[in-house]
Amino acid sequence: MSGGQLRSAAAVVGLSIREGVRRRVFLAVLVLTAGFLVLYGLGAHFAFRDVDEFAAGEPKILDAHAFTGATIFGMAMFATLFLGAVLAVFLTLGVVRGDAESGLLQPIVVRPIGRTTMLLARFGGAAAISAAYVVVVYFAAYAITEATGSWSPDHLLGPALALALGVAIIAALSLLASTLLSVTAQGIVVFMVFGAGLIAGLLAQIGNAIDSDSLHQIGRVASWALPFEGLYSAGLHALISGTSGLTGVVLQLGPFGGSEAAGPEMIAWSFAYLGGVLALAAFVFSRRDL
Amino acid sequence: MAAPVLAVHQLSKRYGSQEALAGIDLEVQAGQLVGLLGPNGAGKSTLTKIACGLVRPSGGRVEVLGQPAGSPPARAALGYLAELFRFPGWCTAEELLRFHQRLVGSEGGGAERRELLELVDLGAAAGKRIEAMSKGMQQRLGVAQALIGSPRLLLLDEPTSALDPVGRRIVRELLEELRGREVAVLLNSHLLSEVELICDHVAIIARGRLVKAGTPAELAGPGAVEIETGSGVRTFEGAGRDDAPGLVADLVAAGERVYRVEVRHSSLEDVYLAAVGGQTG
Repeated sequence: MSGGQLRSAAAVVGLSIREGVRRRVFLAVLVLTAGFLVLYGLGAHFAFRDVDEFAAGEPKILDAHAFTGATIFGMAMFATLFLGAVLAVFLTLGVVRGDAESGLLQPIVVRPIGRTTMLLARFGGAAAISAAYVVVVYFAAYAITEATGSWSPDHLLGPALALALGVAIIAALSLLASTLLSVTAQGIVVFMVFGAGLIAGLLAQIGNAIDSDSLHQIGRVASWALPFEGLYSAGLHALISGTSGLTGVVLQLGPFGGSEAAGPEMIAWSFAYLGGVLALAAFVFSRRDL
Repeated sequence: MAAPVLAVHQLSKRYGSQEALAGIDLEVQAGQLVGLLGPNGAGKSTLTKIACGLVRPSGGRVEVLGQPAGSPPARAALGYLAELFRFPGWCTAEELLRFHQRLVGSEGGGAERRELLELVDLGAAAGKRIEAMSKGMQQRLGVAQALIGSPRLLLLDEPTSALDPVGRRIVRELLEELRGREVAVLLNSHLLSEVELICDHVAIIARGRLVKAGTPAELAGPGAVEIETGSGVRTFEGAGRDDAPGLVADLVAAGERVYRVEVRHSSLEDVYLAAVGGQTG
């Protein structure tokens, strides 16, 4: 990429960020996120307090405190992924077809920036903001969990990076959808794909619980077809990967207990998948008459 | 003659079974203002979009300063205002121009922005949000945006459609100034009087084909001489101003009494209507 294209790409990213600030999108996101974290803090406080009360003096077959911490923090991770996905989709909504239909795109792409650079700039901006957002919310949730229940996950950084890569993949998928679909269809399709990925992950969990190879296989295929789900599951797994005994088994079988770790293959595949989706989006965009 | 700034050779474009352009040839030289006329759907916007790389041609080729249309050097040499355009409403006029300066790598800075805003009479609206501007103001801002980076070729698709008479005059004067700066301009318009007034060359296309081309004077040509005599009004089709004295002399010599002589020119509108066969989009 030449210096001129880098400068143009920076201009496009800067315009997107200024739009977010000027239209008070980021303010709305901050207020809603603060609301979520306050609710989460209240929930975590009462959950830890109640569990510690009823578990006091009982025989320790299951570590109720660790079970509570892992479950509510797993739920916080799910909420973080969902909020990050909403942000990623919003930041890439209508980037190609929607903006072309409204006449916003043409004055930009006739400039020397070129279509691929423009697309990558929009992706870079959306992915960076969404990834930074999920990392911040994740660590805020961690700080709340630690403060209210003195509970820490077995691995802290890995799940945060998995979430960040996951929302970057969602941003890329949304961008690809924007090259093919109108704004409304793009939003619907991306959220349906997002939901389908999470449902497939839950199916894999159920498959593990009832020892069904078929369900487990469906979950595995979905994890590779939609790696944001695989990364999310792997992140959940990493939260409790060092928790042993009945507590670890029960957590892994629960809705917020990922059953598989993210091996190097999954991480390499996620990056390759991201590159492939972006390349396909750039190809479709380059062929589109505007 | 110098190499043209815009050269269109046998350009064709199909959208599925529909033929939008069918072998168009056109050239725009530096400092030339070419008006592209035609009914809705004739292919004017398609031609302009191909020239700036927004649409891929099905056949033929378009070159900007010898470079293939759509290539980075070709895009760097042109300014474009689409017929249907929109700028981010939250942006101010100043911010929009600054953004486009960064896109084209213009080093004109604040001086260029101020000059362009003054040129389109928006100097006082530099800090105004685009969503608070009238459609006419946005169109003039669009013209200023197209001029960022001093392009060698300006492609304007219906740039005055939303303008009032004062706004049209501002754009007209601006285009005449650009001609003086050796900028090549391709102007799509439905306003025949405007094209007749400012364009050096006119090309009329209909159903994707070039049906008439020439200077406005060449296209308008001689019309007729109408003479009112004692025995009624007589019209001499094809006669011009120079023929009038002889025609009057002949009639007087033949004993007619002449009360009125009128030299009629065929207007660009007559030529246009004859060329497109009354077609409308």
